[in-house]
Amino acid sequence: MPVTFELNGRSTTVDVSPETPLLWVLRDTLNLTGTKYGCGIAACGACTVHIDGEAARSCVYPISSVSAKRVTTIEGLSMDRSHPVQEAWIEAQAPQCGYCQSGQIMTAVAFLKKTPSPTPQQVDAAMSDNICRCGTAQRIRKAVLHASELMQAQGGAR
Amino acid sequence: MSTTIERPKTQPLFKTDDLSRRGLLKSASTAGTALLIGFNFSTAATAQTSENDKPAEKPKAPVSPFESWVRIDETGQVTLLSGRSEMGQGISTALPMVLAEELGVDWRGIKVAQAPNDARLFGNQGTGGSGSVAESFTPLRQAGAAARLMLVSAAARRWSVDPSACSVKNGVVSAGGRSATYADLVADAAKLPVPDLKKVPLKKPEDFEIIGKESIQRKDIPSKTDGSARFGIDVRLPGMVYAMVERCPTFGGRVASFDATKAKAIPGVIDVFEIPAIEDIHSWGGVAVVANSTYTAMQARKALKIEWNSGPHAAESSESIRKEFRRLVDSPMKVVVNQGDAEAAISSAPQEYKVEADYELPFQAHATMEPMNCTVHVRKDGVEVWAPAQGPELTQGTVAQVCGVPVDKVKVNTTLMGGGFGRRYQADFGVEAAQIAKRIPHPVQLVWSREDDMTHDFYRPASYHRLSGAVDSQGNILAWKHKSTSTPISEWWDKAGTPESSELGLSFQNPYMTKNYRLEYLPTASGVPRAWWRSVEASSIGFVMESYIDELAHAAGADPYEFRLRQLGRARKVPHGVEKNEAPVDTDRMRGVLELAAQKAGWGSALPQGRARGIACHYSFHSYTANVAEVSVEKGQVRVHRIVTAVDIGVPVHPDGIRAQVESAIVYGLTAAMKSQITIKNGAAVEANFNRFTTLRMDETPEMEVHIVPSILPPTGIGEPALPVVAPAVFNAVFALTGKRVRRLPVMATDLA
Ligand code: FES
Ligand code: FES
Repeated sequence: MPVTFELNGRSTTVDVSPETPLLWVLRDTLNLTGTKYGCGIAACGACTVHIDGEAARSCVYPISSVSAKRVTTIEGLSMDRSHPVQEAWIEAQAPQCGYCQSGQIMTAVAFLKKTPSPTPQQVDAAMSDNICRCGTAQRIRKAVLHASELMQAQGGAR
Repeated sequence: MSTTIERPKTQPLFKTDDLSRRGLLKSASTAGTALLIGFNFSTAATAQTSENDKPAEKPKAPVSPFESWVRIDETGQVTLLSGRSEMGQGISTALPMVLAEELGVDWRGIKVAQAPNDARLFGNQGTGGSGSVAESFTPLRQAGAAARLMLVSAAARRWSVDPSACSVKNGVVSAGGRSATYADLVADAAKLPVPDLKKVPLKKPEDFEIIGKESIQRKDIPSKTDGSARFGIDVRLPGMVYAMVERCPTFGGRVASFDATKAKAIPGVIDVFEIPAIEDIHSWGGVAVVANSTYTAMQARKALKIEWNSGPHAAESSESIRKEFRRLVDSPMKVVVNQGDAEAAISSAPQEYKVEADYELPFQAHATMEPMNCTVHVRKDGVEVWAPAQGPELTQGTVAQVCGVPVDKVKVNTTLMGGGFGRRYQADFGVEAAQIAKRIPHPVQLVWSREDDMTHDFYRPASYHRLSGAVDSQGNILAWKHKSTSTPISEWWDKAGTPESSELGLSFQNPYMTKNYRLEYLPTASGVPRAWWRSVEASSIGFVMESYIDELAHAAGADPYEFRLRQLGRARKVPHGVEKNEAPVDTDRMRGVLELAAQKAGWGSALPQGRARGIACHYSFHSYTANVAEVSVEKGQVRVHRIVTAVDIGVPVHPDGIRAQVESAIVYGLTAAMKSQITIKNGAAVEANFNRFTTLRMDETPEMEVHIVPSILPPTGIGEPALPVVAPAVFNAVFALTGKRVRRLPVMATDLA
């Protein structure tokens, strides 16, 4: 059964079995590999995307429930790595292997939209369900706080 | 099939006579399109090579481990061919920095390309043993310096000036108002005789302009912020199909029979078949499912009906292994090191000076964020592999055997890796992919689920240690006896070696002074697969030795920091107790990191109520590290607030990269100390996903501060050595705070309640 939704600003239709998780539609059907598979049980956050602006774990999100919704993946965040969160990430030299970072960045972007000037404790609480085996938490914490400053300077959330 | 797996052991540092044996392979001369500096570690510096967009002729003599090759083309583009793989440790930045320093170019302009899988030319391309920068440092500098010398000579000749009148900056040679770019000079330079590598003058460390610089940003990072970085699992090829394998949950079990009727009926399933186990590399075999998407393959797997032959290890459990551990340490063991008479000294010591303690560590999974995967395309003309592999050579060799083709018909593209930590040294995932791909006329991507990855890892060995010893009335160590057993790596990968060789680490060369030292070992047999896990045996031995020295300090009524300094004693080089070729431990460098960490952490200064500090130091992979941890304990939960680390790793090439590696090792070590473990039940791993194998969360991540000892010694590794000092520093602090000693990892809330 075909499902139509908005993906990174463009209307997209796929025809796969309805229970297929959004993650695999993105990766295997649409070849958008920036969204990662880490656990498949909503335990690691590597697959985080935005659905109607909210962070969602695409590995447990059936494609049928995405119908008519707005999906943003890491590839759709900016054309040129100019999103303040991306800039802050580079500035903090946060990624190591990089595998978890799409999910980290998407989680941070959704969080900062709701909480534009977070305390370090709020950052910790918001980011703690994302796993990074390379241990980049300290740099991510710094990057999220810095991104918030950049966003304030640029006149609010994007 | 017979495949021997070699992981480089910790290598001795370069010695001058090693350097003199390194010859310069050649620069291009006949075709003259590029300046090519290669290295041949053999005695002869012979082969003339030319280059016309083709790899140069290969040297005839066998070459020992080295993996770089420098090329400057007519446009001035500098390319560094590297056999090492980027797995997040930042070598795609550090290696060009080293080359650029001597070559005199902007390091950012250097292209890093993957070296062909040619063991003779590039040596062992395995990325491990924290060796990527350490082993490339001097050869890369020599390559850069030799090329620069030739380019400067070419300019000097052109202008009829003395080479000493020329200066170099950013790939431009200048003298007396004239200047020429490297691009300009390459053709001339390539015709010049190659300077003798051992005589090429290298920069003095105090003149370094790039090496050791603070503001260097890593090259690979931008692509890791926009989804464009492609890992092995992201390979997408025209016509590619996806595969998964159902393996026996029990280690060593095999398929008895299976029924694929239901699986094959699922739309999108292409084929289902059995793949055999391959013993030599411990590839398990199982039932493979090939489908048009990863998800369809996952569904089809669930629909399989398989009868397993669960094999000889089905009764094994963490309890059974533990029982065996205890039985062995209770019995006489093989004496590995014996200095003085530890037993007599201990029995003569008064009771209050004696310390006896058992320590225990579990199996640990690597749990790289990117699960194992590999893409293989078997074509008529050869086999192409896309592998996130720390050991591409091994993948190449084993894939060739599986496909029945000569090694040179297998091309391995090493992809980015979503973490390695030692797991990606193995060839099992590549071999499985090849076993499947040879039956499918399309490129096949084999993906392991997280559950596959966690339940079919090669784990860090579990181990058990009984320490006994005593201090004397002056507060010095009178005797130290260590009885150890583990499920050794050698039983899986090095049957010819002694079982203890990769299990005992620094306890082979205990840097603390005692006249009476005794080390004993016996292996515990187990069907649980194991291999190299970040920092290997140091992850266990560091915890044991640094907890025990702390216990001795308390028995002596001494401050744990001062006690360590005193027991390290005067500057000494402590030899390995068994392997005469191993580098000695320099107690002066150990003292250096201890002092730096203690000073930066404010050792001895007042702390808020309810907090305490602990300290630890260790030596592994030729590097010295020390930690001071600051903790509190609430309702049995340990909270680590701050960790201050000092490292001495010779010349710090890329300081921010070093700090990142240390932070990474600390978090990895804290996870193993406080969170994760693999337990065994019915011969299988119990923890299968991140819901049960939990990791340190951001809100549990301490503030980390890394200090680097200034040094001009050759660089040593840093990917691993900061890990062994994590757990002991934390639990030494816990003891200082609560009087409770944690001797079994990971800590449980009940241990401290
Ligand atoms: S893959 Fe979705 S949360 Fe881990
Ligand atoms: S950067 Fe490697 S898992 Fe996070």
